[in-house]
Amino acid sequence: MHDRSTLDAQARAVLNELKGAKLTVKQRAAIPSQEMPAQDPLQRIGNMNEVATGYTEAQARVEAARCLQCKTAPCIKGCPVAIDIPRFVKYAEDGEFLQSLAVIKESSLLPAICGRVCPQESQCQETCTLGKMLKDVNKSVSIGRIERYVADFERESGEVSMPETAPDTGKRIAVIGSGPAGITAAADLRKEGHGVTVFEAFHKPGGVMVYGIPEFRLPKAIVESEIENLKQMGVEIRTNFLVGMTRKLVDLIDQDGYDAVFIGSGAGLPKFMHIEGENLIGVLSANEYLTRSNLMKAYDTEHAQTPIIRSKVVAVLGGGNVAMDAARTAVRLGAKKVYIVYRRTEQEMPARVEEVAHAKEEGVEFLLLQSPSRILGDERQHVRALEVLSYQLGEPDASGRRRPIVIEGSEHELPVDTVIVSIGNDSNPLLERTTEGLATNKWGNIIINEEDCSTSLDRVYAGGDIVLGAATVILAMGQGRKAAAAIHERLTRDQQS
Amino acid sequence: MLQPLTSTGDMRKNRPKPCITPLEDQSVNTILEKQQLSQEVFRFIIESPLIARERKPGQFIILQLDTEYGERVPLTIADADEHKGSITIIFQTVGNTTHRLAALEVGDKIENVLGPLGHPTDIRKFGKVVCVGGGIGVAPMHPIAQAMKQAGNEVHIIIGARTKELIVMEEEMRAIADELTICTDDGSFGRKALVTEPLKELCEQWKPDLVAVIGPPVMMKFCAETTRPFGIKTIVSLNTIMVDGTGMCGGCRVTIGGETKFVCVDGPEFDGHLVDFDNMMLRLGTYKNREDQDHHRCHLDLQLEEKTNA
Repeated sequence: MHDRSTLDAQARAVLNELKGAKLTVKQRAAIPSQEMPAQDPLQRIGNMNEVATGYTEAQARVEAARCLQCKTAPCIKGCPVAIDIPRFVKYAEDGEFLQSLAVIKESSLLPAICGRVCPQESQCQETCTLGKMLKDVNKSVSIGRIERYVADFERESGEVSMPETAPDTGKRIAVIGSGPAGITAAADLRKEGHGVTVFEAFHKPGGVMVYGIPEFRLPKAIVESEIENLKQMGVEIRTNFLVGMTRKLVDLIDQDGYDAVFIGSGAGLPKFMHIEGENLIGVLSANEYLTRSNLMKAYDTEHAQTPIIRSKVVAVLGGGNVAMDAARTAVRLGAKKVYIVYRRTEQEMPARVEEVAHAKEEGVEFLLLQSPSRILGDERQHVRALEVLSYQLGEPDASGRRRPIVIEGSEHELPVDTVIVSIGNDSNPLLERTTEGLATNKWGNIIINEEDCSTSLDRVYAGGDIVLGAATVILAMGQGRKAAAAIHERLTRDQQS
Repeated sequence: MLQPLTSTGDMRKNRPKPCITPLEDQSVNTILEKQQLSQEVFRFIIESPLIARERKPGQFIILQLDTEYGERVPLTIADADEHKGSITIIFQTVGNTTHRLAALEVGDKIENVLGPLGHPTDIRKFGKVVCVGGGIGVAPMHPIAQAMKQAGNEVHIIIGARTKELIVMEEEMRAIADELTICTDDGSFGRKALVTEPLKELCEQWKPDLVAVIGPPVMMKFCAETTRPFGIKTIVSLNTIMVDGTGMCGGCRVTIGGETKFVCVDGPEFDGHLVDFDNMMLRLGTYKNREDQDHHRCHLDLQLEEKTNA
């Protein structure tokens, strides 16, 4: 790891060499990939500030110069919202950052957020021609980091461009949930001139970006600025409003005059392992742990009134981004030892590569091919240890991943005082239960028509985690956008008939 | 019908008129009435038209005093007036938020109130119903007893408290009950007994069809044990640790008949004979140290007199 000024100096030198030259594919491929400057691990485990501090201008331009501008542009196909990646990267290479951002904004509403939290290595960067050429996905163009740079450039310049809104149509849409799906749908519909109210159950808007993803990965100020933009566009946001309970969904249409509803209510109840000892003191879901820390700011013990468990030795069960977030939060809250316990190998881990790397740098220990069988308590019923079984890899299963097979008699105890369960979510039952006729599948996820995100109820559309189960910010955004287009088309048709 | 097109010069002009209670309405969550029922128990009537309209007996709210750093606290709705658009909460000062809440006055606003949450009580004609309220639990029992009475049930109410001055809502309960029994642990008022004593007698002689209990966990546990041998259906209302209250964090999970359930979306009422009370009580103690500190500190900060047995 190198410090920011060293990385910047190196990038400037490269930029100087490249100046004005017409680069061949070979020359571009030879440009060194730019390392993301980051807070030193020893320093950052003592604070909640963002870990990755972002490219410098020179780094962003050098990284952009690595793009081969290949005709096939497989990166666009890898992007769930099909951003014109080569075009925005080209503008970045030329130092035209506002134009670069304008290209992204044609397709994506939240570049500062997606640049930070998208799993690029399994999306745009997975198929990158340069990465294929160099036979290493980690050597692909760092599209996400360039995206983040140009988005931050605009925000920090203070001249954020507002999307134009069409003349008022007199139509009104209720958006349930203010996470990525809801925000995207709300912005797109407002742009078309519709009146939009976003209903949020929590006291703060932003959904998973506020309660789930920690400050050190996604600063809350960025989410707040995106919400502020939405308000500036004329979108109304109502917090402390749980549709289904505070007001029935159908009442929004039948009595309150909304012409359509978009449901983007997000993930639901945390899953537990259903193993012995799961209700001991010191066992909690990652949702609870992260909500306490992020939304309720429990890490700030001086100001926050919400308590959070202070652990010495923590086992986090799971291998996704949420598991990494929980483990790294535990480190920052002062745990002496934090383990990730995961049933498969690192290759199968759904977490972003960068998060895994950061977790390791921060001292999180990965116990792979291991799975808990019991949680053991002391005489006060506090967690004292996790009993773990070892696994080995067998034949590939339906998902193509090699299935872990338990090694008989491999039980061993891992002394811990806290167990954080991070193995995904079930769906939230409230809307289904309070909305007659809203069709859901056996897991409680809302069933939609893939073409237009419409549900079994007329004028009701849905997208994001309530449909997909557990997905990503960008996939939720993609569905919010698709639904907004369908709602707009429907309302326009209504008006013409 | 086509709407007339308007200029889009100022986007805020375009902003559609909200149709429910407008955000601009500053009166929402305003404290309309405040009453101190006993040393650490308060009754607030709060303007909250949406919740007043939707709420049913057995449901609760979550409130938070400070959006940035406040904690979210679940409180049962004791009563509501749909026409006035108000709800009643009765609470005991326990932790930081309830102490600060008690220091608010009429006209003050509560920053965040969410609700109604949880399943409503199953209200119908059972026949003979015993409603047991222990301590502050009498407050959430009030709307349930009222609704049970209105549904045509014969209602026997038992109120229990440690001592006379901790008895709340006696008059309101007396107005509903066909029969009212009051017990105190120290005999300072009514019968000197735990609520389980009259409950057992009723099970033996009156033979109720349903027993509903709200109070401290240990009281609910022993009430359930009292009715179990008689096979009388007993519902209890659980108040566990909660953060969001909407089915997201899982902090409120309890074991009901061997299955994990979530109080916020599956409850708050459960079959008392199936609840694992011991585990629930244990988990309630997760943040006990912090709560005790807060209680003590609040009394110092707010210069309130502290009762040693509070």
